[in-house]
Amino acid sequence: MNIFTVSIFQSALELGLIYALVALALFISFTILNIADLTTDGCFTLGCAVGAMVTLAGHPFIALFAAMISGAMAGFVTAFLQTRLGVESILAGIIVNTGLYTVNIAVMGFSSLTNLFGCDTIFRLVEDRVSEALAGWDKVALLLIIIAVVAVALWWFLGTTLGMSIRATGDNADMVKSSSINPTFTITVGLCLANALTGLSGALIAQYQKSADINIGTGMVTIALASLIIGQSLIGNKGSTARRILGTILGSVLYRFIVAIALRLSVPAEALKLVSALIVAIAIAAPYAKKKFALKKREIANYRTSGKEEGNA
Amino acid sequence: MLKLNDISKTFNPGTVNEKTAIDHLTLELKDGDFATIVGSNGAGKSTMFNAIAGTFIVDQGNIYLDGEDITFKKEHVRSKYIGHLFQDPLKGTAPTMTIEENMALAFLRASESKGKMFSRISARDKALFRERLARLGMGLEDRMKQPVGLLSGGQRQALTLLMATLVTPKLLLLDEHTAALDPATAEKVLDLTKDVVKDRGITCLMVTHNMHQALSVGNRTLMMNGGHIVFDTQGEERAKLTVADLLDKFKEGVGEELDNDRVLLS
Repeated sequence: MNIFTVSIFQSALELGLIYALVALALFISFTILNIADLTTDGCFTLGCAVGAMVTLAGHPFIALFAAMISGAMAGFVTAFLQTRLGVESILAGIIVNTGLYTVNIAVMGFSSLTNLFGCDTIFRLVEDRVSEALAGWDKVALLLIIIAVVAVALWWFLGTTLGMSIRATGDNADMVKSSSINPTFTITVGLCLANALTGLSGALIAQYQKSADINIGTGMVTIALASLIIGQSLIGNKGSTARRILGTILGSVLYRFIVAIALRLSVPAEALKLVSALIVAIAIAAPYAKKKFALKKREIANYRTSGKEEGNA
Repeated sequence: MLKLNDISKTFNPGTVNEKTAIDHLTLELKDGDFATIVGSNGAGKSTMFNAIAGTFIVDQGNIYLDGEDITFKKEHVRSKYIGHLFQDPLKGTAPTMTIEENMALAFLRASESKGKMFSRISARDKALFRERLARLGMGLEDRMKQPVGLLSGGQRQALTLLMATLVTPKLLLLDEHTAALDPATAEKVLDLTKDVVKDRGITCLMVTHNMHQALSVGNRTLMMNGGHIVFDTQGEERAKLTVADLLDKFKEGVGEELDNDRVLLS
């Protein structure tokens, strides 16, 4: 059996690039701001729902921006709860995530599924024009352009005064306050930005799969975290901002390859969530386990040598 | 310049852990004053600094800086005018960010960087940072692209001092900022401190557990106990004081020996 056909590689690459936006969102909230933002699941569905509805209305490009704005609004609510109302950050995310279920289903006109068959999507518009020239790689090309624009914009932003302030907020909150930066402001901007990217990813998925489903975001935070961690272990989490952004995108693509291989090896689709959870658990636990293992090895080695010395004496 | 008017702060009120850390403290500093502060453990020295810096809002009384009532101003607003260094050299810098990025953040306190939220570090800023770093004499000017986490404690504290004074603050709070450094580095950082405070005429408060430093550095010595100031000396009276006199004064004012587990008498 040929495990990896070109078409599997291609669709994994496409999905990887789309979900890379969520991974970048978590790069901002989880890695940079040091906040576990659990708004992600609901926010992804929100972007998907808003994106689908605006696409359905005949505006596939505006749909992307509408999804980003709605995502940013969700992020703002989470940030408001934790910075102004003293709600614990994880709880703030869970609360907003729960509330978003109702919002999302309302956006889709109180239906749990919206189909976009026959609608103009950005993929279809591009396909009509350049598909032959690119031999079917038009979606990949379009997504590469979108991701490149987002990645460059993010890299540029993180080097600006505001971007640096956001990075410092997660790095050393004490230092931020004494530099006359308001952490409430930087956390709010950071979470809005992160969730805007999540929303954009949702809208792209809606157009890519030609449907929006109320449950599409379930487990998204785990999946994105898995991508982020894979990327970090590939490239290291210490390097320059550009390197880390690139690593995050690579991680997302690699994650999709892993999933594609799993599916190819006849792992049933229902098992994928468990596979994702295992990847995250293993990826997060690995550095810790490695340290423990090294310590244990030293302990055993030490026990052996000291045992010998005692024997000699 | 700085005026603390009858301020008090009680932590955990109404519980068994209730602790009145500042108790009706009144203090006035003149422009350009450089006062050292000594006192026992738990005398309220750091708490007074935190009250001035705005880490918490005092329960009663008022704080004035340069004639402006800052009692209810938030910490990040006050930090525009107040520099605050801690004993822990890791507290004042962001470790994963580079030296120049850290300095750029400190430079935000300058009024000219207002409205420059979306600008990156300019060549002019870099030149300024490089020049200031060179003055430290630690070779940091050639390591501006390196993350601060790679620096030693002494280098980080020197950098923090540089950052706190990059834009001249109205008030500089030094909370035993050399205590965690090795003696040679501590002396170097203290020399840098004395120079910058003198050059720019910064009003400064410095907590120290070194009794000799308390008398030799600055122009005024304050002694704290039980959340207020028990002894305040300057001018000729201070010039004549010896370390032994200072300890006597403490005993006189408080009725017990100065009890600080890290006190240095040399």
